Amino acid sequence: MSKKSKRLLAQAVQEYLPPALLIALFLAVWQCATWLWRIEAYLLPSPWRIVQAGVQARGLLSEHVQQTLRETLLGFAAALVSGLILALAIDLSSFLRRALYPLLVVTQTVPIMAIAPLLVIWLGYTIWPKIIVVALVCFFPIVVTTADGLRSADPELLALLQAMGASRRQVFLKVRVPGALPAVFSGIKIAITYSVIGAIIGEWVGASKGLGVFMLRASNSFRTDWVFVAIAISSLLSILLFLAVAVIERLALPWYYTSARAERWEEMSA
Amino acid sequence: MNDAPTCKVEIRDVYKAYRVDGQPTEVLAGVSLCAAAGTFVTIIGPSGCGKSTLFSIICGLQQPDRGEILFDGVPVRQRLGAVGYMPQRDLLLPWRRVLDNVILGPEIHGEDIAVAKREARDLLPLFGLEGFGDSYPAALSGGMRQRAALLRTFLCRKDILLLDEPFGALDAITRNGLQEWLLEVWQRFRYTILFITHDVEEAVFLSDKVYVLSARPAQVRREVRITLPRPRQRAMTLTAEFAAFKQQLLEALQDSPHSQVSTT
Repeated sequence: MSKKSKRLLAQAVQEYLPPALLIALFLAVWQCATWLWRIEAYLLPSPWRIVQAGVQARGLLSEHVQQTLRETLLGFAAALVSGLILALAIDLSSFLRRALYPLLVVTQTVPIMAIAPLLVIWLGYTIWPKIIVVALVCFFPIVVTTADGLRSADPELLALLQAMGASRRQVFLKVRVPGALPAVFSGIKIAITYSVIGAIIGEWVGASKGLGVFMLRASNSFRTDWVFVAIAISSLLSILLFLAVAVIERLALPWYYTSARAERWEEMSA
Repeated sequence: MNDAPTCKVEIRDVYKAYRVDGQPTEVLAGVSLCAAAGTFVTIIGPSGCGKSTLFSIICGLQQPDRGEILFDGVPVRQRLGAVGYMPQRDLLLPWRRVLDNVILGPEIHGEDIAVAKREARDLLPLFGLEGFGDSYPAALSGGMRQRAALLRTFLCRKDILLLDEPFGALDAITRNGLQEWLLEVWQRFRYTILFITHDVEEAVFLSDKVYVLSARPAQVRREVRITLPRPRQRAMTLTAEFAAFKQQLLEALQDSPHSQVSTT
């Protein structure tokens, strides 16, 4: 093994070992507790039993997972498009900013659990209510971070471009948009972690397929182990989606990460 | 040699006031100056006296309350994009590699980017950036960032450059090196340079002419011609002649803040 890959491995161990240990310890305590106190499986199944249940139900699960993933991705896409458009509108006109901002906050104060059944009444047992619930949950962080990112451009930089004879459009495209991208990605990361939960809530109020439906059915028939399987899978989906965004961010903003590295380097040598 | 009849840049009796907390504050109170074509003219003054305001007026970001700015003897009102302007901070775009940063001017004016890049790449060695064209600004030292910002200003290809304390934030050794280098580059391109500093030695070393501004509201307190021969050598800073010029500038700077413009 080369020196460099050794160092990377050591870094990875240093970074991931503590959380891995903690999770392992947690699972071990859980496993032992269910043995020691002979907790009934319908109350709290042991981790091992949950794994077994997952393997057992895997044929059944795949269509539910696919459905939930589809709703999540479509809802998230809708949130991304609408969020970016709203952020642009807010940025372009101070009238729209004043008009829209309070409304956007209001959308976040309405309980989703109350809206979701209404959406089912209006749109039926289709995929649309789920997409809308996901979009409602996801668009807000995207709008806020994008609008703030566009607004936070360095005024001296804007003045420089203006002094060089740049048009408003050039200033927007060459300075404000690239400068806002790190903030946009922060919003996307927050949004994507909520998206799967949004889809599951949408399914609870009325659906025939999806992880939410699977969860409800399992819980109604006291298959607590299957409820935990569904929980584990939805967490895993969220984590994978988050990681995908993080990878895209790294590829899209290489400058952002090189500058972060350079700063860290300075800190250590100081 | 008396004042050249034609100024490349002329500032004629410029006034500017701002409203600070409702109080009108006069920043420039009738500033006039002239830079002949191809000369290096420095403006020196106490910090906060309005030097940077003067620059932002010359480059067109602001309009004077009174007075006018003339380029080649003609008053120009719409000045955005007419001069090369380098503010105090390097203001490189962190998401662009050095080469993409320095061609910002040609890019904004819709010129062929490939041609601009080729030209910029050829100039990298002269600006001490050879091998760094593809680096992000975060990877550069302070001196290199400043040189990159200067290259960006040069590549705007305006024959008037406004340099606002370009070396102010650098350590003395780096600054000395960059001063000599700047003179070398300037001798090659022969642009007209207006330069702001609050370092007396820097002013004498670089300039053909130095304007000393008073504290706010700024007026020209003294105009000093630096008749040292060119090319300037660092050793000149130790001569009696050099010291005499420094002395003149220091005296002008130390006059009581509200005294009138001195007539030499």
